[in-house]
Amino acid sequence: MIGTFPRIPSGCAISGMMSKKGRRMNGEAVIKSIALMHDRSNGLGGGFAAYGIYPDFKNHYAFHILYSSKQNRIDTETYLKDKFIVDRCEPIPTRNVDNITDPPIIWRYFLLVDGKSLYDNAGQPVDERDYVVEAVMYINNCLDGAFVISSGKNMGAFKGVGYPEDIGRFFCLEDYEAYIWTSHGRFPTNTPGWWGGAHPFCLLDWSVVHNGEISSYGINKRYLEMFNYRCELQTDTEVVAYFVDLLHRKQGIPLELTCKILAAPFWQEIDRMEPEQRAVYTAIRQVYGSALLNGPFSFIIANSRAMIGLNDRIKLRPMTVGIKDDMVYMASEESAIREICPDLDEVWTAEAGEPVIAELEEGVEV
Amino acid sequence: MSVYLPAEFNVQIDHTLCRRCRRCVAECGFGTLSFKGDKVVADHKKCVACQRCVSTCPEAAINVVKNPLAYKENHHWTPEHIKNLHKQAATGGMLLTGGGNDKVYKSYFDHMVLDACQVTNPSIDPLREPMELRTYLGSKPDSLEFRYSENGEYKLKTKLNPQVKLDTPIVFSAMSYGAISLNAHKALASAAKECGILYNTGEGGLHKELYCYGENTIVQVASGRFGVNQEYLNRAAVVEIKCGQGAKPGIGGHLPGEKVNREVSQTRMIPEGSDAISPAPHHDIYSIEDLAQLIYAIKEATGYEKPVSVKIAAVHNVAAIASGIARAGADIIYLDGFRGGTGAAPTIIRDNVGIPIEIALAAVDDRLRKEGIRNKVSIIASGGIRSSADMAKAIALGADAVAVGTAALIAMGCRLCQKCYTGSCSWGIATQRPELVRRLNPDKAAQCLINMIRGWSLELKEILGALGVNAVESLRGSRERLRGIGLNETELNILGIKPAGR
Amino acid sequence: MRIDARGMYYRDLNKMIHQAVKNGETEIVLDNVNGQRYIGTGINEKVRITVNGVPGNDLAAFMNGPEITVYANAQDGIGNTMNDGTVVVHGGAGDVLGYAMRGGKIFIKGNVGYRVGIHMKEYQDRVPAIVVGGTAGDFFGEYMAGGILVVLGLNRKPGDPLTGDYLGTGMHGGIIYLRGEVERYKLGKEVEVFELNEEDEKKLQPFLEEYCAHFGFELEEVLSVPFCKLLPVSKRPYGRLYAY
Repeated sequence: MIGTFPRIPSGCAISGMMSKKGRRMNGEAVIKSIALMHDRSNGLGGGFAAYGIYPDFKNHYAFHILYSSKQNRIDTETYLKDKFIVDRCEPIPTRNVDNITDPPIIWRYFLLVDGKSLYDNAGQPVDERDYVVEAVMYINNCLDGAFVISSGKNMGAFKGVGYPEDIGRFFCLEDYEAYIWTSHGRFPTNTPGWWGGAHPFCLLDWSVVHNGEISSYGINKRYLEMFNYRCELQTDTEVVAYFVDLLHRKQGIPLELTCKILAAPFWQEIDRMEPEQRAVYTAIRQVYGSALLNGPFSFIIANSRAMIGLNDRIKLRPMTVGIKDDMVYMASEESAIREICPDLDEVWTAEAGEPVIAELEEGVEV
Repeated sequence: MSVYLPAEFNVQIDHTLCRRCRRCVAECGFGTLSFKGDKVVADHKKCVACQRCVSTCPEAAINVVKNPLAYKENHHWTPEHIKNLHKQAATGGMLLTGGGNDKVYKSYFDHMVLDACQVTNPSIDPLREPMELRTYLGSKPDSLEFRYSENGEYKLKTKLNPQVKLDTPIVFSAMSYGAISLNAHKALASAAKECGILYNTGEGGLHKELYCYGENTIVQVASGRFGVNQEYLNRAAVVEIKCGQGAKPGIGGHLPGEKVNREVSQTRMIPEGSDAISPAPHHDIYSIEDLAQLIYAIKEATGYEKPVSVKIAAVHNVAAIASGIARAGADIIYLDGFRGGTGAAPTIIRDNVGIPIEIALAAVDDRLRKEGIRNKVSIIASGGIRSSADMAKAIALGADAVAVGTAALIAMGCRLCQKCYTGSCSWGIATQRPELVRRLNPDKAAQCLINMIRGWSLELKEILGALGVNAVESLRGSRERLRGIGLNETELNILGIKPAGR
Repeated sequence: MRIDARGMYYRDLNKMIHQAVKNGETEIVLDNVNGQRYIGTGINEKVRITVNGVPGNDLAAFMNGPEITVYANAQDGIGNTMNDGTVVVHGGAGDVLGYAMRGGKIFIKGNVGYRVGIHMKEYQDRVPAIVVGGTAGDFFGEYMAGGILVVLGLNRKPGDPLTGDYLGTGMHGGIIYLRGEVERYKLGKEVEVFELNEEDEKKLQPFLEEYCAHFGFELEEVLSVPFCKLLPVSKRPYGRLYAY
């Protein structure tokens, strides 16, 4: 892995947009939106997640990987070839931007899993996605100088050290078309100078951009470790991606309740509920206390069919939601939405602990 | 052969202040003071520094000081060793003591500091904002299942094992009726009810007058099975199998016959005046599968409606033992460190056997997590928890709740003279002598306990607020919020914390 | 009511039994029992349970009323902390029989294992009793604090000792009646051997009669060998252990 960094507290800006009809748009708008909130970041991190960008490879796991050196790349590719069918690999196109210096080597890989690999040592079948997660964990924790920044199908993360608008131009995002874009501008309070530490944080097709700090990180991390998630990167955002993977994908908990685990209602509210709802939320607090995200946060979490905005349960961070036709916008500030869509049908501020879930309309194939 | 043993303490009476009311003579449970001629005189040898006379003298005319008698200085043969040897030479018996291990072992609580938020993440003001301490003890599943109902709501599909609610993550430690007085038990029980927490009967049975506190009661099943029957088990909120005690790991309990008066005999369900012996071990537990058998015998007897706790002393191999207990079906593991108190224990055992709770707790929590079974059990940590700071640190190390025994006794008036085994407690706590028991007003003592729990809870809320979290589960096991000071690398490693500055 | 217990897990079987008792059944016959634990546990009613087969460990643990008859050998831990009721075993029984038993009666036709009747205690009108038809293993009546233990040694093979070693170790209450003599070296330090007096005979007789009735022995034959009894020397065997 690329060194061990202490956890870096940070303040931030986030912005996301989604077409519920699956219409794809290039990266100009999202860059414009996040750029408006320039003063919420300090130039030490910016990034984007984009869904729908690789229609020609939509059944492949698209790995975006940062390398410290050519040798690290060669070693990692040996591992990838051993674990996957590598259908295509190439450097991710970038352009020179004044403020972006000293980037790592950045490649992408389109991978398939050979069905024959999906058995463990005891001959038991292994879930393909668990297999991919394990490979990501292995590269990030065990291979020197390599870091997988995204690993989902038909999506990818683009991130680095710099202001988000500069990072966007560096990665030529105007050349990509996506139906969901999320973005992040970072304000870390010291300088890690590490590209992997920028947001979004991704696993499979989950991506998370995050404003705030998770004060419960210590226990969240230890809880996830029990389920074999290794949180070596010390970014608190990482735990959110793992939680949605664990709770929603692996344990089958509906998205809405997954959010209610992460930002659980207060006992005072639970005690006033009707008996059946009280049973639901009491059990959630009893069983998933270690998954409660405590401290100030607003997130935009996305996967290939949904974009979710979530605030902490006492709403210490801002989040505005806007709707225009099939478009849903979420951002730290309303102005960041108005900048790209002045004429909204509806606009409101998200409530504490209440998830805003935007999903692709039924029947929309992406 | 009797030996001359100098007094440990000197009772100083200011005869110019003394108004000869003789209250002190009556107050001393140890017979130290008497009225001779025209003044109070002290038999210094009998004084244990329980400070009852000092505290009750209306003229503040009494002071108790350490006897300045000097032994020849010797760092190896301390005065304590010399005194104990003389005692044994005279009696040929085992040295007996009460209270917890008071030796100068390192206190790890005193080498850990808590974190607080500054600027980059905010602290929370507990006076204004919600701050949740509610804690549930019981075995939790790894995941929940829900079903979507017609009316558009999610309903719970998973049936959880029994969970017991604590309004604040504290329980009172096991102290049996017999070791302490009925008034002390009443105080603990009613305070537990008022505070929404639990008290623990210890192994001495459950007095009928305390049946009404069942929802706040942990009943113990120890090797002697005193007072254990269907009703006893079913009155309780939690049933606890006592396998060990921090003050005397591997050693059983023994209530001498003279303390088994009529009332004690009723709750223990044994004849008056007979010794109540509950040796280690349980004779139906000689291996871990036997523990599982007893756990399920209790579950069968209580209709699977109550969590079953297993209390063990913190010993070297505690992590592996705890793992076995979790896998044997216990809902709660109650870990008692070597500072834990006792009504009576051989001094040599109390002072030399077992390990600190901080270390044991860290090792157990780690082990259970590594094995992926931490959710299966709640952990109660005890053994020398002195303050809300110790409690917060224990929770950060991984405890679901802490148990307090000695602290609760002190709140009720105990001065920690460590003579519980004599049955002469001047404060009416560790005694069955009616004239002494009467001194402890159960309502007033309960109020003291309630005040202490309230104070600790307020402090815990302040700590959580400073940490920027508003629910105790966000501190639980969050060792990231602890730092070590003055600990070596191995100690830090075992505790799973970083040194201050990292 | 009859329940075929073949292949049933104990939790399901006991649930059925509890439900039957709740429904007012007073006679329950369990066929094909083999290893199911905790039969009779948690039942407070005076129902009759017949066990055909070998019951599992902790039969009648915490039991409080029922009368259980077992037509087979029984395993370990019978009558653990039992409060009331009767257990009759038409065979032998294993270790730790009647541990901390506080009331009720247990009759074993044959031999019993180690640590039988330990921590047995009596309280007021509750005087637990165990009658062993055959022989008993080591640590019989250890830490006994009350109640009555009887060992008859019937149908012994030549050379079989009546009891094992460490007999009545730590005993500080209750009575042990032995049919025959006991070697002194087998005794725990805390007990002494005495002859039976009239009161003893009155006390013992009903248990012997009941034993004979259960298993078809002749009372005369049982009484043909003189009994002795063990009593604790002190209620406080460990009084002088400590230096205060």
